[in-house]
Amino acid sequence: MKKAYVKPKTLKEAHFHYCPGCGHGIINRLLMEVIDEMGLREKAICVAPAGCGMLLYNYFDIDTLESAHGRGAAVATGIKRVRPDNLVFSYQGDGDLAAIGTAEGFHAANRGEPISIIFVNNGVYGMTGGQMAPTTLKQQVTTTTPLGRNPILAGHPVRICEVFSMLDGTSYLERVAVNKPAAVIKTKKAIKKAFQCQLDGKGFSLVEILSPCPTNWKMGTIEACRWIDEVMAKQFPIGVVKEIS
Amino acid sequence: MKKLMSGNAALGEAAVLSGCTCYFGYPITPQNELTEYMAKRMGELGRVFIQSESEIAAINMVLGASVAGARAMTSSSSPGMSLKQEGISYLAADELPAVIVDMVRGGPGMGNISPAQSDYLQATRGGGHGDYKTIVLAPGSVQELTDVVPLAFDLADKYRNPVVILGDGMLGQMMEPVSFDDIKPPKEYPKDYILTGAKGRPARMVRSLLFDTKEEEEHNWKLVRKYQRMESSEVRYETYLTDDAEMIVVAYGIGARIVRGAIKRLRQENLKVGMIRPITVWPFPAAAIQEMAKTVHDFFVFEMCAGQMIEDVRLALAGKGHIHFYGRPGGIIPTPIELYRIIARHYYTAARRKK
Amino acid sequence: MTTKTIFSGFGGQGVLSMGFTLANAAMLEGKYVTYLPSYGVEVRGGTANCTVVVSDEEIASPVASEPEFVVAMNQPSFARFQSILQSGGLLCVNASLVNTASARSDIEVLAIPTSELAEKLGTIKVANMIMLGALIKASSIISFDAMIKNLAELLGEGRSKLIKLNREALETGFNYVKE
Ligand SMILES: Cc1ncc(C[n+]2csc(CCOP(=O)(O)OP(=O)(O)O)c2C)c(N)n1
Ligand code: SF4
Repeated sequence: MKKAYVKPKTLKEAHFHYCPGCGHGIINRLLMEVIDEMGLREKAICVAPAGCGMLLYNYFDIDTLESAHGRGAAVATGIKRVRPDNLVFSYQGDGDLAAIGTAEGFHAANRGEPISIIFVNNGVYGMTGGQMAPTTLKQQVTTTTPLGRNPILAGHPVRICEVFSMLDGTSYLERVAVNKPAAVIKTKKAIKKAFQCQLDGKGFSLVEILSPCPTNWKMGTIEACRWIDEVMAKQFPIGVVKEIS
Repeated sequence: MKKLMSGNAALGEAAVLSGCTCYFGYPITPQNELTEYMAKRMGELGRVFIQSESEIAAINMVLGASVAGARAMTSSSSPGMSLKQEGISYLAADELPAVIVDMVRGGPGMGNISPAQSDYLQATRGGGHGDYKTIVLAPGSVQELTDVVPLAFDLADKYRNPVVILGDGMLGQMMEPVSFDDIKPPKEYPKDYILTGAKGRPARMVRSLLFDTKEEEEHNWKLVRKYQRMESSEVRYETYLTDDAEMIVVAYGIGARIVRGAIKRLRQENLKVGMIRPITVWPFPAAAIQEMAKTVHDFFVFEMCAGQMIEDVRLALAGKGHIHFYGRPGGIIPTPIELYRIIARHYYTAARRKK
Repeated sequence: MTTKTIFSGFGGQGVLSMGFTLANAAMLEGKYVTYLPSYGVEVRGGTANCTVVVSDEEIASPVASEPEFVVAMNQPSFARFQSILQSGGLLCVNASLVNTASARSDIEVLAIPTSELAEKLGTIKVANMIMLGALIKASSIISFDAMIKNLAELLGEGRSKLIKLNREALETGFNYVKE
C-alpha cells in the first residue's frame, strides 16, 4: 500500500502542545519537511520566539535558540554574521514581529540580512490568551478589544509584507495560508523558495503565513479555516508581494 | 611602546587584540568613540560590525553571535544600558559569554553626559529580571581599562556569563599613555554548547524557558553555584596605604583616583588615611573590608552618585565600625583638594569621638 | 611637579591639537600625562577646550579646577578661563584676537600676536603651534629640545614639509618670548 503521509525525519517524536486546529503544527511540520527535502538538517539554525511557537525545540531536531520576545531578527542577524554558511531562520508570531519586535525585523530587512523569517499571522496574541495583535482585523473581537477593534482608538491591521516590500533590502516576500490542502502545498513551496533565496545569497526573505487560531477566534476548526478565505485574506491578500530574481 | 589614546579607543583596540570578532552598538555619548573605533577597525580586519537600530537590537545581536561561538561585545552609556538589561538577563539565563561596556553618565532619565557612578546598583545586582549576576570590572585609568578587556573576555568564556566593564564618561573621553604589549593572543575555550548546525551530532538547544518549576529551580541553583565560584575566585581589589590607616576610604574607578590625590595630601599632614579600591565591584571585596574592620573603625565611602556602593560596604561591615559618606551625583567630579578637605574634616571628627 | 594647562578657543583654531601635541610630547619625554577634551554639548556653539596635566608622578585627576596655565585663543575663552586660573598663574593669549584690558591683576599675561607671526610663515594654520612654542618657553612644562627631536613621531613620519613648517612655527613662538 502506498503511504500517503510520512513524518519528516527531522521532526521529533513528540506531541504538539498546540490546540486542535491550530496552524502552528502544520507550519512546524512543513518546515521540517522542507529541511529534510533540501538536506539542511545539519546546516539549519532556528531562532524560536516568545509565543505559541516558543517550544519549537521540542519538535525540531535542529540547532535551536529560544530568543526574547520580538528579538528574533536581531539574534538571527548575530548568528548569520558569524556563520554565513548556515541556514538561519527565525520563527515569529504577529505580536512578536509586528509589535514588540518591529524595529528588529524592519532593520534586519532593511539591511538585507540573508536570513529568513517565518511569520505566523494569526491575528491575535495566542500564547497570552487572545489579546489584540497589530494584525487584528477592524471590528474583530479580542480580549482587549471586547467591542471589536476600533481603528480610531486601536489603529489598523498591519500588512508586514507590504511594509517590508518598500525596503530595498528585501528580496523575497510572500503571503500564504495553511487553511486548506492546496494552500498548504503553496506554503511549503514558499518556505522552500525563501530558504533557497537565503542559500543563493540573495538576501532577506520572509513568508507570512495566515494561520488559524480557533481557540482565540472562538470558532470551530472548519469555521476558522473558512474565515481565513472569507474575511482575513481580504485584508491580507494571498500571493507573492515581492520577488527579486 | 606607549601611545596616547582615549579610553574609548584604547578599549576598542584591546577588544580587537583580545579576539573580539563581533561588535554591535548604538550611538550614545560619552562612548561614541568606541563605536566609531570599532567601525573602522573591525572593517579593516574583516570582522563583524553593525550599528544597530537600538541597544535592544545590539544586545540581541551579541547574544546571536555568542550562541554561534564568537567573542562578541557591545557598549553603551546609562540610558542605553537600561534597554540592554533584557538581553543581559537572557545571556545570563542561557549561560552565554559576552562583554558589555557601560560608560556611565549622569542620570536618572536622560540626565547629562558628564561622568558619573550612578549605575552601580544596576550593574552589580544583575540589572534585569531574575536571579542572576554579572562580573563587573571597574577600572580607574586608561591603561587599566585596556588591561581588563582581555580579562573580561576570558572570564566571560570561563564562566559562560556576561561580564560588564563599568567605566564613566571621563574614563572614556580622557587620553592617557597606554600600552597593549601585555595582551596575549586569545585563549581557545572549548564550546560544546554553541549552535553550528547539527552536523554529525544531536541537535542542540539553547533556552531559558523552563516551564517545569523543578527544572527552573535546579537551573537557578546551578547558576547560584556558579556565582558562588566567582565570589570565591574572582574578587579583585587594590589597597593603598592601609597598613597603618585609621580611616579607610572605599572608592572605585575614576573616583578612586581622586581619592588617591586627596590621600597624598592627607598623609603630608600625618593623617593616617588609606584606601581600598574594588576592581571587581561584583564580586565585591567584602572579606577584605571585614578583615580591615578588625583594626580600623572608620570607613569613608566616596562615590560619584548619591550613594550606591555604600550598601555593599554596609553589608560587608555588618554593623561593625562607622561609615562616613561623601557623594556627588549628577556628573560633578570633586577635585582632590576638595576631597582632601572633606575627608580631613571627617577624620578629625572621628578622632574627637574616639577620645 | 604637576602642571595643569587649559587650551581654549574657537573650533578650527587647532586648540585640541595644541593640547594633544603637548600631551604626546610630554609622554615621549617619559612623564605622566592626561589629556581631557571637552565633549558632547559642550562642543556645540563652536568653542573647544581641553585640559592637559603633566606630572612626574601619577596623576590623580585629569580635571584642572585651578590650572597654572591657560591658553586663550579668542575673547570668549579669555573671559571664561581667566577666572579659574591660579593666582600667579600664566595666561597666554592670542593678541591678534583678544583684548586683555580686563585681565586680572594677580596673574601674568603673555600676549602673542599669533596671526601676524603665522602669516609671516605663510599660513594662518600654524598659529596654534606658534602659541605652543611660546607656552613651552614661558612655562618649561616640557623640554623644547626633546619636543623638536620627537616632532616626526608627534606629527607622523614621512611628512617632511609639514614637520619643517611646524618646527618653524614652534621656534617662532619659542623665540618670541624673551627670557
Ligand atoms: C517582554 C515580554 N513581554 C511580554 C511577554 C509575554 N508574551 C509572550 S508571547 C506574547 C504574544 C505572542 O503573540 P504572537 O507573537 O502573536 O504569537 P502567537 O502566540 O499568537 O503565536 C506575549 C505578549 C514576553 N514573553 N516578553
Ligand atoms: S492559542 Fe491559538 S495559536 Fe496558540 S496553540 Fe492555540 S490555536 Fe494555536
